[in-house]
Amino acid sequence: MSTAVTNSRLPADEVQPINQTRAIVSEWVKFRTLRSSVWLIAAAILGMIAIGLLVAFNTRHLGANIQSNDAAASGPLQGYYLAIYLMGALGVVFVSGEYGTGMIRSTLTAVPRRLPVVWAKALVLTVVALITMTLASFAAFLAAQALISHYRPGHSLGEPGALRVVIGTGVFLTLITLLGSALGWIIRNTPGAIVTFFGLVVLLPVLLSFFGTAGRSIAQYSPIYAGSSFIQSTPEPPALSPWTGLLVLAGWVIVVMTLGIWRLLRQDA
Amino acid sequence: MIEARSLSKRYGDKVAVDDVSFVVAPGQVTGFLGPNGAGKSTTMRLMVGLDAPTNGQALINGRRYAEFDRPLREVGVLLEARAVHTGRTARNHLLAMAATAGINARRVDEVIDMVGLTEVASKRVRGFSLGMGQRLGIANAMLADPDVLILDEPINGLDPDGIRWIRNLLKSIAAEGRTVFLSSHLMSEMAQTADHVIVLGQGRVLRDEPIDRFISGQSSAQVKVRSPQAEQLATILRTKNATVQVGDSGTLEVDGLISDEIGTLAAAYGITLFELATREASLEEAYMAITQDARDYRASSSTKETV
Repeated sequence: MSTAVTNSRLPADEVQPINQTRAIVSEWVKFRTLRSSVWLIAAAILGMIAIGLLVAFNTRHLGANIQSNDAAASGPLQGYYLAIYLMGALGVVFVSGEYGTGMIRSTLTAVPRRLPVVWAKALVLTVVALITMTLASFAAFLAAQALISHYRPGHSLGEPGALRVVIGTGVFLTLITLLGSALGWIIRNTPGAIVTFFGLVVLLPVLLSFFGTAGRSIAQYSPIYAGSSFIQSTPEPPALSPWTGLLVLAGWVIVVMTLGIWRLLRQDA
Repeated sequence: MIEARSLSKRYGDKVAVDDVSFVVAPGQVTGFLGPNGAGKSTTMRLMVGLDAPTNGQALINGRRYAEFDRPLREVGVLLEARAVHTGRTARNHLLAMAATAGINARRVDEVIDMVGLTEVASKRVRGFSLGMGQRLGIANAMLADPDVLILDEPINGLDPDGIRWIRNLLKSIAAEGRTVFLSSHLMSEMAQTADHVIVLGQGRVLRDEPIDRFISGQSSAQVKVRSPQAEQLATILRTKNATVQVGDSGTLEVDGLISDEIGTLAAAYGITLFELATREASLEEAYMAITQDARDYRASSSTKETV
């Protein structure tokens, strides 16, 4: 702070009005400058490919002990079980990390109308998750089929429903990421939001399955079951139909995000 | 200009800010004083729209903060609580903030240089000392070179160099006709920086006046005298209606007479003086007197409730 104080003032035209685009650029800068974002995505991609190869290896010879699910086109995409947690955490932390560190105060003084921040964060997460997870899904699928083809005929992207499950896995994980970020807006506190995410995504369907047939049919509407019915080649009853499942998961994201927006706009930061 | 109009904020049962009205005028540095929990930080949060007032409103240049298209240009904010993601580098933090206003990287590097963080700009904030964090906060507030500065405890953790630097910065900004509003617990520093003070106690405005009047209104100047004939001088001064306290080794503390009068009297009676000095009243004394009243009020009112 040794420099002289008297500088000429920054010209007014070097400061632009806040708008949605600038809010998005700011969130993109924030996203790519946190190491945790990069690590979580890298782990999700590697996990998807590694689990895909593992499933492929285990199903290289078809037999009575191989479940039809694992041998289906969607079999090698089961790395999504791992990616759910990593991408969910990515979504949570991108929001709750701001509350935990106090960064949200800087963010909201720069964007005092607040709502552009929600859209900006959601857009950044959507684009990043959609690109990386769809690529990871293709990579897992193609790597697995390459391995399987040494032993037996595998699946191709051209067969009915294959492209749906491969691209669908990317879409599914994108919605899961958004669900995590929506919980971040509602709960604000990182451990609390992560625990809630686990409760909603993992525990809820398991608990429901304890309540017999009725419970299991309700469980189909939980985020994970609904979403996975979209990305399985051979969903087992009482699974929802693929497109209904996708709509139900999207509905979850919209409802939880609406609650998050309500809290952001109505309550003190 | 900042205006608080009947501003109130309640958190549950706790009243943090209680019907506060004042104007922070441009062209001068206004100090915001008050004990911990008096409501200073809450008032500042209300001004920049982080918290919504329970009643009343806070206006900056006549508008609510949320209405600004260029909030960073209108108001530079430094809040006492840290407001930076510690996993990001200082420069990346400022770049993200700058992006919301289309401010270019050259300006970001300029403010980094201005606060003396160039060497650590690419280090993550996690490893910053309190003083470095504070400098980053000041860089953040100065990013768009704003019309109004709202700074909560800006000199906390700064070294003497940094304190002097920010004092000069704030004075020069105020001299340009901009508005500077800052809180601090360091009375000696506030006395050198502020032109005007607003004192808050228990969520209410206790004083809102120029700093000179605030100080002189609360305590008067005292004269310290040292003499080998202290007892004799004390007797003489008391006959002139002065209040005299006799201390150790021939020192007197005199209220009610100025140093000229005391010197003249001593000469007239042939009394030797070793030392004759006026001790000006300080901001700290004035502040303690005012906030002591507030504490007494609280103590007495709670006593009444229990009786």
